[in-house]
Amino acid sequence: MALSREYWQGFRDATPFILVIIPFGAVFGVVATEAGLNLAQVMGFSVLVIAGAAQFVAVQMMVENAPVLIVLVAALAVNLRMAMYSASLAPHLGKISWWKRGAVSYFMVDQAYAAAILKYENTPDMRPAQKMAYYFGVVTPICPLWYLATWGGAVLGTAIPAGLPIDFAVPITFLALIVPMLRSAAHVVAALVSILGVLAFAFLPFNLGLLVAALLAMMAGAEVERRMRARQMP
Amino acid sequence: MSMTTTQIWTIIIGLGLGSYLLRLSFLGIIGNRDLPEWVLRHLRYTAVAVMPGMITPMILFPQATGGTLDGVRLAAAMATIAISFWTKNATLTIFGGAAVLFALHFTLG
Repeated sequence: MALSREYWQGFRDATPFILVIIPFGAVFGVVATEAGLNLAQVMGFSVLVIAGAAQFVAVQMMVENAPVLIVLVAALAVNLRMAMYSASLAPHLGKISWWKRGAVSYFMVDQAYAAAILKYENTPDMRPAQKMAYYFGVVTPICPLWYLATWGGAVLGTAIPAGLPIDFAVPITFLALIVPMLRSAAHVVAALVSILGVLAFAFLPFNLGLLVAALLAMMAGAEVERRMRARQMP
Repeated sequence: MSMTTTQIWTIIIGLGLGSYLLRLSFLGIIGNRDLPEWVLRHLRYTAVAVMPGMITPMILFPQATGGTLDGVRLAAAMATIAISFWTKNATLTIFGGAAVLFALHFTLG
């Protein structure tokens, strides 16, 4: 098939994420099982929600016996960034058929979004069908392993020795994706506003500080780009 | 936890449905319509606007150390950034960063 080159390129680019998906899926399986969820419920989380951070927040609040509505609001707030990913991917994948966009949406996890957007911006001449093939290549090693690792954690219990700094696999993975995105002064400014913003708005509940910081950072990046363009005009 | 089966499944299905609608939102609504340039200009910065803020607390206040700054994790983050600038390769960066993290953990931690 003509698109297999892009598909396998995405697949290859996503293989290092296995390093972070397996331990975290397994840890979720263990934590959710210890919280008192049965196997179907644990797998329900990883298959239906398919968003690690939100799943952890939900289970933690369920352990604390928070009201159902509060659990939903808090965990969905963590996932609000997905709407921003959706908007960011729309110019690239908006032209593919509606059911394929539906599938893209289901698999929209942080790593898939970050790897895809990095590729699209570095290779602007890709056609929408090629972009889609790359995207599905990226999610192939990520999402099935998320289910499998969750199942393993729930059934086998923890085999990860306590005290190992595996929590840090997450920031390392994202650093590897963010640094190559800093390709202009505008991108650097946006990243700095994001970092300072999340620290300044850390007091907001439900992780909303990240959303405020991200919106400010997007405005800052766009504004710097606009001014740089205006200066280049004759 | 003292939740009923119904409450647990309400959370799982509600969170799954809500998350899906968030992911579908713009991709589904906008479709193949063209967006104005000022919107596209903002969207170009989505990734660098969300991801650094998302990982900053993980680097500075790791939950695993009770939210206090940890020298091993901070040094590993610095090394990861340096490797990324140097190699410009995500795979090498992830494995390099993990190698530095574990090396520091077992020598200093």
